[in-house]
Amino acid sequence: MSTSQVLTANRLTDGIAVWYDKAGNWNEWIGRSEVVHTKDDAERLEAIGKKAYANNEVLDVNLVEVEEIEGQIRPRRLRERIRAEGPTIEYMI
Amino acid sequence: MYRYDEFDHTFVNDRVAQFRDQVERRLAGDLAEDAFRPLRLMNGVYLQLHAYMLRVAIPYGTLNATQMRMLAHIARKYDRGYGHFTTRQNIQYNWPKLADTPDILADLASVEMHAIQTSGNCIRNVTADHFAGAAADEAADPRPYAEILRQWSSVHPEFTFLPRKFKIAVTGAKDDRAAIQVHDIGLHLKKNDKGELGFDVYVGGGQGRTPMIGKKIREFLPEEDLLSYTTAIMRVYNLYGRRDNKYKARIKILVHETGVEKLAAEIEAEFNELKNSELKLPDADIQAITSYFAPPDLLPRAEGWANLASWKKADPDFARWVDQNVKPHKHPDYGMVTISLKPIGGIPGDATDEQMELVADLAEEYAFDEIRISHEQNIIFPHVALADLEPLYRALKPANLATANSNLITDIIACPGLDYCALANARSIPVAQEISERFGSPERQAEIGELKIKISGCINACGHHHVGHIGLLGVEKKGAELYQITLGGSADNETSIGDIIGRGFEPEKVTDAIETVVDTYLGLRLSPQETFLEAYRRVGQQPFKTALYGGAAAEAA
Repeated sequence: MSTSQVLTANRLTDGIAVWYDKAGNWNEWIGRSEVVHTKDDAERLEAIGKKAYANNEVLDVNLVEVEEIEGQIRPRRLRERIRAEGPTIEYMI
Repeated sequence: MYRYDEFDHTFVNDRVAQFRDQVERRLAGDLAEDAFRPLRLMNGVYLQLHAYMLRVAIPYGTLNATQMRMLAHIARKYDRGYGHFTTRQNIQYNWPKLADTPDILADLASVEMHAIQTSGNCIRNVTADHFAGAAADEAADPRPYAEILRQWSSVHPEFTFLPRKFKIAVTGAKDDRAAIQVHDIGLHLKKNDKGELGFDVYVGGGQGRTPMIGKKIREFLPEEDLLSYTTAIMRVYNLYGRRDNKYKARIKILVHETGVEKLAAEIEAEFNELKNSELKLPDADIQAITSYFAPPDLLPRAEGWANLASWKKADPDFARWVDQNVKPHKHPDYGMVTISLKPIGGIPGDATDEQMELVADLAEEYAFDEIRISHEQNIIFPHVALADLEPLYRALKPANLATANSNLITDIIACPGLDYCALANARSIPVAQEISERFGSPERQAEIGELKIKISGCINACGHHHVGHIGLLGVEKKGAELYQITLGGSADNETSIGDIIGRGFEPEKVTDAIETVVDTYLGLRLSPQETFLEAYRRVGQQPFKTALYGGAAAEAA
């Protein structure tokens, strides 16, 4: 497997989109995410996600594909980019 | 409007207490998500792209200033200072915390509001004509019947686990302004030659991935049979509606697969069992509910006529706003005002807490404390004296609430789309904003005339694109957004589903494509009085296909 992936979810308490970071925390900023490149590591993250769901920390847990560009983590799918960056509209013109 | 009695107050308060307990147990880990999810949905709490979303019911789109102030308070205290009014006359908040939702529901209950059954496989908010009780062309006010249906359907033990969501709309004017033919049940309230009230009943309308126009299965159902007949429909649907496939579970599929005659016969058989049961509506009960919807005491305000004429003469912008956004009222000294939530380049249907507070204040001052939300995502003041239109306009203008675009090309309906919604494939708000900016000139809008653009960010069609004169459906193709154009849809008495014109357009090409469609219409219309929809129905899709895709390409598209 050569795809890069991160683990993402929504926090139970407030529903805010979060990403699993290198320190083992659920972080509101994708930039600190643990990026995995192998099948084994992806499975490890998936297990972490399942445990966090079972522990009622998060819900809607998924691995999503990303690319790393000049040190920045960028989800491949537009949907996930919007999740990471917030609504694309300038609020209330 | 309807006022809660002691039973209603107890009911909503009990519901809040029940949900508070459920949320506490969920947060403590004593209730798993699989068990909690249907419970939170039945209280209007969704999980979206960025956060939870709370959908609050505004029964048949009617509320007063106190309630609007509470909606502003919720936006301010629990959210990010704004709310989104929807195509089902509800309001949505995009950022509530789960832990706060019981307090939000308690605040709502204090002003006789709730979020019950705004989601889930149950009967949803019953919607109605936003001009109900005021329109000059109305046979009768549909809202008492919407209220009867609301009470009947709330926590109905038999209909709490339907195959899928269920949507009912009621209209009482000759011209349907509630889109009843694209609802699961559509009710057209009418008067017969004897002056009696009854309903034409439509079943099996809907949008989404399989748009269908409702079939009329009953002509002039007497009003006393409203609940027994509706119960009969629901029982047949509950029994035979598909539960094996979420995408084939709506009643429209049942009508299509069974055949309307056969299904209507089943409904009639069930109705015959019910028609003399406790579901028969006594006239006294109908009158009791109707009394809540008595019109305000509209005093003669004849000075409005002369004032209006001179104000319009002095201010062309005001004149344009009156001509476009004020419709005839039953009382000649009054008008029905549309407060547009579609400022040029703005987010369709959104309002800030400050705007909501202002609307509340103005409703008390000029509109007999009565506010409506239309399914076209605008605010309505149904009763405003012509003599008060000018001061009302002056108060709305600085708050960006006086855009004179009702039913014009910039009065766009748009769902939240991929900027907010977990189901979406593409964004709808930026598309709406760009189209609005391109066509924002008042002169251009006046030249084009009535043209309803509706935009959905996915096949679920919450933006009602199937019934847009121009519809836009956002899809995801090879990882990028693409927008399919449909033409000729309409939700009026001659309801039609829009025709897919051809291959989709990239986001940066959509506005140009819309401009091509508009220019084509302007070039072929018989006169400025022929609307876009009339012209399209006369000439069909070919001229537009050719303009968009070229001659040979149009054949291939």
